[in-house]
Amino acid sequence: MAEAVLILSIVVATLRAATPLLLAGLGELVAERSGVLNLGVEGMMLMGAAAGFAVRALSGSAALGLLAAILAGIAMAALFALLTLRLLANQVATGLALTIFGIGLSALTGLPWAGVPAPGLAATIWPGLAHAPPALQQVLLLDPLVWIAFAGVFAVDWFLRRSRAGLALRAVGESAEVAHALGTSVLRIRLAAVLFGGAMAGLAGADLSLAYTPMWAENMTAGRGWIALALVVFATWKPWRLAAGALLFGFVTIAQFQAEAFGLSLSPDLLSTLPYLATIVVLVLISRDATRLRLAAPAALGKPFRPTD
Amino acid sequence: MTNLPRRSVLAGALATPALLTRAARAAAPLKIGFVYVAPIGDAGWTYQHELGRRALQAKLGDKVKTSYVENVSEGADAERVIRQMAADGNGLIFTTSFGFMNPTIKVAHAFPKAKFEHCTGYKRAANVATYSARFYQGRFLAGLVAGHMSKSGIIGYVAAFPIPEVVQGINATLLGARKVNPKATIKVVWTSSWFDPGKERAAADTLISQGADVLTHHTDSPAVVQAGEEKGVWTLGYDSDMSKYGPKTCLTATTMIWDQYYIKRAGMVLDGTWKSTDTWGGIGDGMIKMAPLNKAVPAAVAKEVDIATRAIASGRFKPFFGPVLNQAGKVAIPAGQGLTDKQILSMNWFAQGVEGKI
Repeated sequence: MAEAVLILSIVVATLRAATPLLLAGLGELVAERSGVLNLGVEGMMLMGAAAGFAVRALSGSAALGLLAAILAGIAMAALFALLTLRLLANQVATGLALTIFGIGLSALTGLPWAGVPAPGLAATIWPGLAHAPPALQQVLLLDPLVWIAFAGVFAVDWFLRRSRAGLALRAVGESAEVAHALGTSVLRIRLAAVLFGGAMAGLAGADLSLAYTPMWAENMTAGRGWIALALVVFATWKPWRLAAGALLFGFVTIAQFQAEAFGLSLSPDLLSTLPYLATIVVLVLISRDATRLRLAAPAALGKPFRPTD
Repeated sequence: MTNLPRRSVLAGALATPALLTRAARAAAPLKIGFVYVAPIGDAGWTYQHELGRRALQAKLGDKVKTSYVENVSEGADAERVIRQMAADGNGLIFTTSFGFMNPTIKVAHAFPKAKFEHCTGYKRAANVATYSARFYQGRFLAGLVAGHMSKSGIIGYVAAFPIPEVVQGINATLLGARKVNPKATIKVVWTSSWFDPGKERAAADTLISQGADVLTHHTDSPAVVQAGEEKGVWTLGYDSDMSKYGPKTCLTATTMIWDQYYIKRAGMVLDGTWKSTDTWGGIGDGMIKMAPLNKAVPAAVAKEVDIATRAIASGRFKPFFGPVLNQAGKVAIPAGQGLTDKQILSMNWFAQGVEGKI
């Protein structure tokens, strides 16, 4: 029984650690499949985390907090879209600037809420959580955001492969010129994809500030936006592999702590580099073969598009 | 218009500020600067220093003028900020993180008239003093509480890096817990980061799943205390009173109080008696204080903690006192002996009962 609870708790902890990565990664995956590289994920996540927590604290409603986080992410993404899609600014430079901007702006807007305590999402939904039996407690800790993240994998995969809009989105990402010639509205599709990316990044930020570690602290995402970006490449732009990557990353983090707590003598430094090593190995493998890389990456990724007529 | 009046106007304009400064200097308050490594926030290491600054300003009133710069990274930026503070005429500058050590020494060399105080460092100069607190004394008392409250006898410890300051805290917590429960053990996990709430949370979850029923942390966010509150597991806070993050489950916290030290040192600069010293204060000096105990702690335990607090404050009792064995079962502190300050400051071994690797 004790072992079963331990295994269950490892599974739950892995799912929870993977959730913010998966949410942000799914959004970025869709944006990149439309041909837009947005490196501002970290900045959008932080804005989502700050706005979500502030509204949660002000209104007392977790649902409103989540909504605010999504809107904050969309607002940041809209700024990015304005600069890169309309004004044709360089996507890499704009994305980096968006992250730096988001770090600063979230610190400023979140200032009054630094150090304000709030109950977590799971504890809000299940007030008796602290006194629940261990196994039940583990199951209850899977808050709605965990379910949304994993349902999102199905939804995004279906959308990209099976729906007409998904087909158009992929076409735009492969060759904007051809899609344009066929009468597809390239900029409108890219705008929608970028805004979706912003919404998901905002939700990922809210997962941290409302559910996983319910508080606001400056720079609390601690690089998870960058990991989500790396995972999209790791996944070769495929939702299912993204889920696998996020779970692997979450599991390695948890396994490292479990191994240490068990007293296994593994180097913690080596363990914490494992997920990054895995990403580098995949990158080397897919770029070793030029054809395979070309097939995997959206061909128009990062290339601006100016409709001629 | 001729040249002459214009030139005198110019000369007058140049002379006025100089005169003003000289006149103002006689009654000018002592300017005191603080350099913080993190945002002030509402709890934690930097917040405690900020409380000290506020206490200093309130106590000495218009005799001093304090200012601070927060969120200064420990890299090249630190020297620029400290140099700017000295150039702005601050007569006393507190640099409150270990990583500010070398920049402080460097700037102090360039501004011999200003006084500098560096927290937790070991390099001193004629105008650079150092100060720190005996955090381990508070950890021992927290361990005492943990030993009483834990049913499984397993204490979970989320720590950032295996430096002596952290190792002291882990050993002191264990020795405190073993005073009341000789079978108590500590499981340690390392997050390799002073601030990553997500990782601290995952580490706390892991320790709970492995049977720890009291958690504590040596990291900068309240994530561990929150994890305990959510899952109904006891916690011990650090740096600040974190009970608002765990009103039901946070048992107590080891907090640092810099108020008296800051007031004393500023007073010394004002009356000209300031000297470069090395201060390592503890409970007896008021630098370390335990946050009020949680209601859940039985009165008998509270009384025991109170007695131990007074024994440590008076110096009658030392937390690091033999016999203590290390993880390999060899004698680390011989029976009847205490450790010297030097031995405590360089502590790089775990006591028997700590599960984890340095």
